[in-house]
Amino acid sequence: MNANNTAATAIRVLGQLRRDPRTIALLLLVPVVLEVLMKLVFYHQDRVFQRVGVPLLGIFPLTSMFLVTSITMLRERTSGTLERLMTMPVGKLDLLLGYGLGFASLAVVQGVIVSLVAFGVLDLQVAGPKWAVVALAALNATLGTAMGLFVSAFATTEFQAVQFMPMFLFPQMLLCGLIAPRDQMMRGLELLSDVLPMTYAYDALVRVSADGALERKLVLDVVILFGAALLALGLGAATLRRRTG
Amino acid sequence: MTDAAIVVSNLRVVRGGAVVLPGLSLEIARGRVTGLLGPSGCGKTTLMRAIVGVQIVAGGTISVLGEPAGSRQLRSRVGYVTQAPSVYGDLTVRENLGYFGRILRAGPGAVDRAIETVGLAGFGDRRVGNLSGGQLARVSLATALLNEPEVLVLDEPTVGLDPVLRRDLWKTFRVLASGGATLLVSSHVMDEAERCDELVLMREGRALATGTPAELLQRTGAPSIEGAFLSLIDSAAEATR
Repeated sequence: MNANNTAATAIRVLGQLRRDPRTIALLLLVPVVLEVLMKLVFYHQDRVFQRVGVPLLGIFPLTSMFLVTSITMLRERTSGTLERLMTMPVGKLDLLLGYGLGFASLAVVQGVIVSLVAFGVLDLQVAGPKWAVVALAALNATLGTAMGLFVSAFATTEFQAVQFMPMFLFPQMLLCGLIAPRDQMMRGLELLSDVLPMTYAYDALVRVSADGALERKLVLDVVILFGAALLALGLGAATLRRRTG
Repeated sequence: MTDAAIVVSNLRVVRGGAVVLPGLSLEIARGRVTGLLGPSGCGKTTLMRAIVGVQIVAGGTISVLGEPAGSRQLRSRVGYVTQAPSVYGDLTVRENLGYFGRILRAGPGAVDRAIETVGLAGFGDRRVGNLSGGQLARVSLATALLNEPEVLVLDEPTVGLDPVLRRDLWKTFRVLASGGATLLVSSHVMDEAERCDELVLMREGRALATGTPAELLQRTGAPSIEGAFLSLIDSAAEATR
């Protein structure tokens, strides 16, 4: 691992994003629009909005980052720049960490904006500290970034890359506890949800919104989310190949 | 030849089920400009990819500067320019070179020097995606010049460039070689052959002939490298008949 290469890559990725203001606007606004939509959908059932509103603060940014980053590594590969980089003194993990860092810094902004709107305008209530929700939203977006980078290794075309969103994320949304409590699912599904990262994203946000205490289980959730993001980046690096056919 | 920068022996490469290089052996002299000539599809790019270590090979060995091709120590000593320009279209020329320069640990001023060398002074702040094809190719070439590598592998670097620029780039190649660098330059344009110190004529994954342009002309009695190429193909066909 090399800090110079990682930092250079992060700066380069942010430089590329800067040239694409529409993507930045979409990344920052789409979670906000969706959260507003949830508020309106459950306008006459505020209890429901209060229950799902907080977890969605994490899940919407995770999804949008996943989509964007699952395309980026594909672009890197099809433009030939990845092959060029593979002939240079740069580690595969350096590249992925650089991508992760670049997008994560945007994820923080995304998390702050959507949380500010939810608390300030949509009257979303949480028992715990609001900064913890903001931090978790950003962490979830970072996890989405890492998972997107990982799966893009398996896509050879854009058509495949976009399909990974419903394939990887929809099942996690259905199983994480948002739709139905996990302990009331079939045993097999509950066990499956135990190994899916979004389960811990949901758990952590529910904990902050419901009981408010930053207890040990929440810390464990956060550690698992960090671990999952690093694991995804590591696996992504492992699947990049210096030599291709 | 003891002073070879690149030694390829029995290189076998299979791509998509087709044998591209059936067992190629050749040596590339150190500090010289070697032209890799042959028709499109004869295996030039595959050979170059194998030399820089990004091609999966089925057999044989390649050593570059005494190390196995693709090894970690070579990554800052070997420069590679792909046939299709591989740069970031959404960044400026300077941002592109700045990024690759940081990866390659290029010294200060390297970006400006490289821009100057490829004749893009004044274009530094232009977005690469808005440049013409020839300018794009030059940005890609400039990237490989940033850290002054000992071995430079250039895949058709002068395609689509105007004659003045082509001449200037060949001058640059010559300057690099006189500074001790080894250059391997592919081309399917035979008129570039005379600018090279050494030639490798390739066809269907095999090296038909190697030598200086003068040697090849003398050996075949042909008036031009193109003619030499044809006569070598004919005599190879004769031999197998």
